[in-house]
Amino acid sequence: MSAASTSPIIERGTTTSRIAAIAVAVIIALLAIAPQFLSAGAVDRMTALFIYVILAAMWNALAGFGGLVSVGQQVFFGLGAYFAIRLADTGLNPFASLFVAAIIVGVVSWPLSLFMLRLRNGEFAIGMWVIAALTHLLVNLDRLVQGETGTSLISLNVYDAGTRRVAIYWLALGSMTALLAILFGLLRGSTGAAIRAIRDNEDAAASVGVRVTGTKRLLFVLAAFGIGVAGALWLATSITFQPKTYFNVQWTAYMIFMVLVGGIGTFEGAILGALVFFLIETWFGGTGVWYLVSLGATAVLFSLFLPRGLWGTIEERFGLRLLPVGYRVILPGHAPADDGTAPSPEQTPLDQEKA
Amino acid sequence: MSNQIIQGILLGGYYALIACGLSFMFSVMRIINLAHGSLAVFAAFALWWLASRFHVSPFVGLLIVLPLMAAIGWALQRFLLERSARGGALLPILTTFGLAIVIDNMLFEQFGADTRSLAPYIGSLSYDSWEWPGSIYVGKLAVIMFATAVILLGGLQLFLTRTRLGRSIRATSEDPDTAGLVGVDARRANAIAAAIAMVTVGLAGAFLGMRATFDPYAGAPQLLFAFEAAVIGGAGSLWGTLVGGIVLALAQTLGAQVHPQGFLIGGHAVFLVVLFVRLSTSGLGLRGLLRLPSRSAS
Repeated sequence: MSAASTSPIIERGTTTSRIAAIAVAVIIALLAIAPQFLSAGAVDRMTALFIYVILAAMWNALAGFGGLVSVGQQVFFGLGAYFAIRLADTGLNPFASLFVAAIIVGVVSWPLSLFMLRLRNGEFAIGMWVIAALTHLLVNLDRLVQGETGTSLISLNVYDAGTRRVAIYWLALGSMTALLAILFGLLRGSTGAAIRAIRDNEDAAASVGVRVTGTKRLLFVLAAFGIGVAGALWLATSITFQPKTYFNVQWTAYMIFMVLVGGIGTFEGAILGALVFFLIETWFGGTGVWYLVSLGATAVLFSLFLPRGLWGTIEERFGLRLLPVGYRVILPGHAPADDGTAPSPEQTPLDQEKA
Repeated sequence: MSNQIIQGILLGGYYALIACGLSFMFSVMRIINLAHGSLAVFAAFALWWLASRFHVSPFVGLLIVLPLMAAIGWALQRFLLERSARGGALLPILTTFGLAIVIDNMLFEQFGADTRSLAPYIGSLSYDSWEWPGSIYVGKLAVIMFATAVILLGGLQLFLTRTRLGRSIRATSEDPDTAGLVGVDARRANAIAAAIAMVTVGLAGAFLGMRATFDPYAGAPQLLFAFEAAVIGGAGSLWGTLVGGIVLALAQTLGAQVHPQGFLIGGHAVFLVVLFVRLSTSGLGLRGLLRLPSRSAS
C-alpha cells in the first residue's frame, strides 16, 4: 500500500480527455451527415473550414513542433493544385488526381528538405519564400497553365454540381480527420517525445540522442503533403487555377494567424485558431483591406503579448487537456505535474529556440 | 553584351543598398526583419506623396523621410523587436511578418492599387545618360545609385570601425552581456543600429521609386532581393553585400537574355546555387552566412 502511494502515477489521459475523445467522434459523425441538412452555400463554407484546419494543423506541426517557421508554405499549396491540374490533364480521374498530386508534393518535398533544413530560423523562413517565388515563376512557364491567365480543372464538370459539392465536402472532412489523426498519432507515439524535446530545446534533444534532423524531416514532409492536400482540395472547390492566387504568400499569412491566435505548439490550438479565423472571415471578410490590416495587427499583438495563443493560455490557466499527446506525472501529495506538453510560463514553445 | 553587363553591375548597386540594412540588422540583433521590403516601399510612397502633393523634389524629400525612417527604426526596435526577441529567435519572424502585412495593406488602403514612380519628379535625370567609350550608354541615375551604395557601405564600415558608437554597436552584436559589463548600453546600441538600418532602407526606397515603379505590394520582392543579395555576398565585410548585389543583378540580366520571363528566375536560381555550394562545402549550415560584416572589418 505504501509503495503505491509514494510511487508517481503516469497518466496518458484525464477524464476530460476521455469525454473529449467521445465528443470528437460524435462531432465527426455529425459533420459527416451534415450535408443532408445544410444549404449549398453552407456546405461550401464548411469545406473551406476543413481546409483551414488542415492548413493550420500542418503549419503548426512544422513551426510549433518542429521549430521551423516557414513563410513559403504556399509553395506546397500551389503545387498540390498544379499537379492535380497536370494529372487530370493526362486523363486521370479528377478526384484521384487530387490525392496523387498531394503524394507527389510530399515526394518532392523530401529532396527539398535535405537542402532547406540546413538553414536556420529566419534564413529558413525567407529561403522557403524564395522557393515559393521561384516555383510560381516556373509553373507560369507551363503552357497548360498559360501564365497568370491560369486554367481550370474542367474534368470535374462531368459530375453534376450537387454531387460534386457533397463529394468534395466529404473528401475535405475525411482528409482533415485523417491528417489530424496522423499528427495526433505521431505526437502521442515515440516520435512525439522526440518532437516535443526538439520543440523545447533542440541542442539538448540532440545531446540525449534524439534524431533531430530525421524528426524535422518527417514533419516537413508531412506538412508539405498536408498542405498539398489542402491546395488540391481548394482547387476542387474553386475549379479555376490561377498561379497568382495559389502561390500567394497570403496563404502562409493565414496559417500564421490561425496558429498564433489558437496557440502555437498545441494540438488543439491550431484547430481553435482555424475556427476563429473562419468566423472572422465569415463576419469581416467583406470589409476588404481593413480585414487584412487587422489580421496582420492581431498577429503582431499575439506574438508580442500572448505568444502562447488562446489555447496555450487556457491550458495553462485551467490545466485543461482535451486531446492529450503527452504524459502526466502525478506525484503523491502534489498537484498534477506536467511534462513538456504545457511548458511552464517562462518556457513558451518558442523561447527555447537558439539563435 | 558588355553594355548589359555594365547595366547589371550598376543595378547591383541598388540591391546592395537594399541588402545592407537587412544584413546590418541581422548581424547586430540576429533578427531578420520581414517588413524590410515593405518599409522601403513605405519610404518610396512617402517621397511620392511629398512630391505629388507638395511638389517637393524627392531629393529634398529625403531630408524629411530619412529622419522619419530613423525614428521608425528606433521605435520598431524599442516597442516591437526588443519585446518579441525576448520570446526566442522564431517570434520576431512572426512579428515582423505581421507588421509587413499591416504596412502593405495600409499603403493599399491609402494609395490604391496603382503603380507609382518617382521618375516624373526628378526631371531629366530619369532618362539622361553618359556615353562611355565603345558607344555604351549608362544612365546617370544608375551611376548615382551605384556611387551612393559605395559611399554608404564605405561610410558604414568606417562608422563601425572608427567611432565610439560604432564600436559599441559591434560590441553589442558580439556579446550584449559582456558589452554591458564594460559600460555599453545594449538597448541604446540596438535602437541606434535599427535607426541606421532604416535610414538605408529609406535610401533604397527612394532609388526604387526613381528607377522603377512600385505599388503597395512591392515590398515582398524587395525583401527577397535584399535577402538574396545579402546571402550571396555572405560573410565578410559589408563589401560582400555589394558583390552579392552585383552577382544577383548579373544573373537576372542573364536570365532575361535567355527567356522573356527569365529575369526573376535567373536571380532566384543563382541564389539557390550559391546556397547549395556553400552548404555543401561548409557543412556548417547557414549559421555563418549572414554573419557579422563588422567582425572581419576589425
